[in-house]
Amino acid sequence: MSEPTEFSFDADSEAKITMILARYPEGKQASAVIPLLYLVQKQMGRLTGSAWLPRVAMDVVADRLGMAPIRVYEVATFYLMFNTKPIGRYHLQVCGTTPCWLRGSDDVLRACKDAGALKGYGDSSADGLFTLTEVECLGGCVNAPVLQVDDDYYEDLDYARTVALIEALKRGERPPIGSSIGRQTSAPEGGPMVLTGAEN
Amino acid sequence: MTKLFVDGVEVEVPAGSSVLQACEVAGREIPRFCYHERLSVAGNCRMCLVEVEKAPKPVASCAYPVAEGMKVFTDTPMVRNARRNVMEFLLINHPLDCPICDQGGECDLQDQAVAYGKDGSRFLEQKRAVKDKYVGPLIKTIMNRCIHCTRCIRFATEVAGVPELGATGRGENMEVGTYVEKALTTELAGNLIDLCPVGALTSRPYAFVSRPWELRKTDSVDVLDAVGAAIRIDTRGPEVLRILPRTNEDVNEEWLGDRSRFSFDGLKRKRLDRPWIRRDGKLVAASWPEAFAAIAEKLKPLSGDRIGAVAGDLVDAESVVALKDLMAGLGSENLDCRQDGAALDASRREFYVFGSGIAGIDDADALVIIGSNPRTEAPVLNARIRKRWLAGKFPVGFVGPAGIDLTYPVTALGEGPSAIADAAAILKDAKHPMVLVGRGALARPDGAAVAAAAWALLRGAEGLRADWNGFCVLHQFGGQVGALDLGFVPGPQGRSLGGMLGGGVDALWLLGADGFDPALIGPETFVIYQGHHGDRAASRADVILPGAAYTEKEATYVNTEGRVQRGRAAVAPPGEAREDWRILRAFSAVLGTPLPYDTIEAVRARMAAVNPVFGSGFLTAACSDPAGPAGDPAALGDAPFVPPIPVYWQADCISRASATMAECARVIPPAMAAE
Ligand code: SF4
Ligand code: FES
Ligand code: FES
Repeated sequence: MSEPTEFSFDADSEAKITMILARYPEGKQASAVIPLLYLVQKQMGRLTGSAWLPRVAMDVVADRLGMAPIRVYEVATFYLMFNTKPIGRYHLQVCGTTPCWLRGSDDVLRACKDAGALKGYGDSSADGLFTLTEVECLGGCVNAPVLQVDDDYYEDLDYARTVALIEALKRGERPPIGSSIGRQTSAPEGGPMVLTGAEN
Repeated sequence: MTKLFVDGVEVEVPAGSSVLQACEVAGREIPRFCYHERLSVAGNCRMCLVEVEKAPKPVASCAYPVAEGMKVFTDTPMVRNARRNVMEFLLINHPLDCPICDQGGECDLQDQAVAYGKDGSRFLEQKRAVKDKYVGPLIKTIMNRCIHCTRCIRFATEVAGVPELGATGRGENMEVGTYVEKALTTELAGNLIDLCPVGALTSRPYAFVSRPWELRKTDSVDVLDAVGAAIRIDTRGPEVLRILPRTNEDVNEEWLGDRSRFSFDGLKRKRLDRPWIRRDGKLVAASWPEAFAAIAEKLKPLSGDRIGAVAGDLVDAESVVALKDLMAGLGSENLDCRQDGAALDASRREFYVFGSGIAGIDDADALVIIGSNPRTEAPVLNARIRKRWLAGKFPVGFVGPAGIDLTYPVTALGEGPSAIADAAAILKDAKHPMVLVGRGALARPDGAAVAAAAWALLRGAEGLRADWNGFCVLHQFGGQVGALDLGFVPGPQGRSLGGMLGGGVDALWLLGADGFDPALIGPETFVIYQGHHGDRAASRADVILPGAAYTEKEATYVNTEGRVQRGRAAVAPPGEAREDWRILRAFSAVLGTPLPYDTIEAVRARMAAVNPVFGSGFLTAACSDPAGPAGDPAALGDAPFVPPIPVYWQADCISRASATMAECARVIPPAMAAE
């Protein structure tokens, strides 16, 4: 997919923009640049299956907020969560930071490559379904290793469960998010260990 | 005021100053890359580290405010060590390619590396590589060398008012550029080259041309717009290799417009380097005596009122006074220096100069612009208006074509002169109201009325006082005011340019006059063209006398505010071309009535006799008499104003001959296209 020549917000996004802009005092609309870029990315995902920021869309945001376009490009390129190039329908973001790595992120990565037909970080699969990215600590280390798919965390993964997850995605399913071994939030593995009533 | 000690020396600086400024007051030089006194403070290069008593770490002096009794040390082992380490970090990703870098010899990084650099590197990893960026035809980028000081970004955003440069990506991946690879839409791009402390932004036309120590430097003034910016002409042998601005706080601060900086390659092309005479309809090469004889033969039988003379836009005052005296000797009063037909009333200086002075813009508190686009007519002056606007509380009203982006917001009052009356509201509460009238606004049938209406507007706002004169005429070229000061306008019985065209005179002497369509000259009129470029008018000439361009003569120019300045000869005129006043002096001898001056000092004494301002230098035009210029303010027409310089890059015979300017005109969209 190359740079489109046009972009406009759809009704869904417009409704959200009204809410977002209301948060900022008059004259400080530029503060809304990050939420608006995020909206663009969501809308692109919704309408084209690839959640990214085309340049025209950044220009539209600049225009809407009264900013110079370069100021928007600066923000968009600063944050790695904004994709300035087209990506696959599912954005597989493997956490490779130390806790996840110690807990087997290499297996998660391998599973992504195998099941998603991806060559490595930065690659997108030929069918347009997946893009693989390495990210730094997602803040979910208790349940390491973690794989972020778009905005959702899948935790406590190993090779097999990652493959299963990707196969499910291919079928268009979205498995329940969170721990893949049934851990409750970040409680100890295997269920509660205190206040079980067994203490006394 | 705050008192503090710098290396034990007590200094007093205004409260809120930075430590770096205090160090400068104390005479300590602080190394720096990102700090620049005309830009906002970024504090990102860390080269300016100093030690402050009780501060646990070295502090970046450019971004650290002074405090009462503070003790600053600028040269302790800790400071030196800290700066050395900063330098080591800066050089980690720098390519160290000084031998092939055009900044070599005048590079801040090179200089400071001599003081703070190590003799070897401890960095064994790969250096990062950054793609070069396209930012336009004037600037060559080698982005590996960029040290991310962000001066260029701040200049474009703050001074030039074109927020098109930025830093994209972050950390190791940060890159400076436009992101979209486009030419910057500014007339001030060349200043980025001066600002960049390393060789990341260098001059594209000057790439690999020369080393700074090979150049001969001549201080002069610019004439390609009416600001009269201070410039330095760098030459090697007979060639001008580059033109740089010098600092003159009252005029150009330290900036220079791109046409003034880059059009000098036009000085080498289409030059008139020998006399020519038209024989049987064809121009043939001739010698000086032949050319003079041909003119003398033609002029002698004519009565004075059948001879006319027109001075162009880039002419020096010396040649104007010589031509005026020559014409007086021939009995002609048909003189005009207003090729555009501008209805400039030359009877009083207040009517045709930038009354407040350029520096006066800083004091103005409301502005109305009438029929001018200062951005293309005088970009440096426009940047000063923008600077005033940035300082706050500065309403600007604009009478002129819609859709012009001046880099600051304006209240559009209307496109034609009828809107001038509405401008009173803008000036209502101002103590220092300013009305900027473009010369182009006067070059129309109702020009005199426009001048009178503008004057009346300002008088209504009490902007014409002994302590403040806000009537500001913005001229377009460096020779225009000087010619008016010398009274190069029709005498009581004389004809103006319009009267001389279409056969109004039998012989017409054009001194560098390229600004009007030569087809308007009557077919029988004998035309003498004296000038340096084979531009429009030369092709119509019957005799061509090759003159000198502004880089080739000792000459006097008066800028739009009436400041008398001297230009200096950096190179010799090409071929047989000569300084213009000498040509006129020599010709007068052929006529048998030699002009009474043989030296430039004598010419200048004559100029001072014609108008004392040439003796006294700079006179501010305080307004003592509120009576306005000739013209009936009620006679305004309703034609909308049109921009007099449609293409900034190609406005005079030098820039029209320049390949660099042609490239700019091709790729840079006109500034008036509203975004
Ligand atoms: S290009 Fe030059 S001025 Fe711009 S950030 Fe880099 S070093 Fe600084
Ligand atoms: S290290 Fe992977 S979530 Fe923190
Ligand atoms: S000059 Fe102070 S941090 Fe750059």
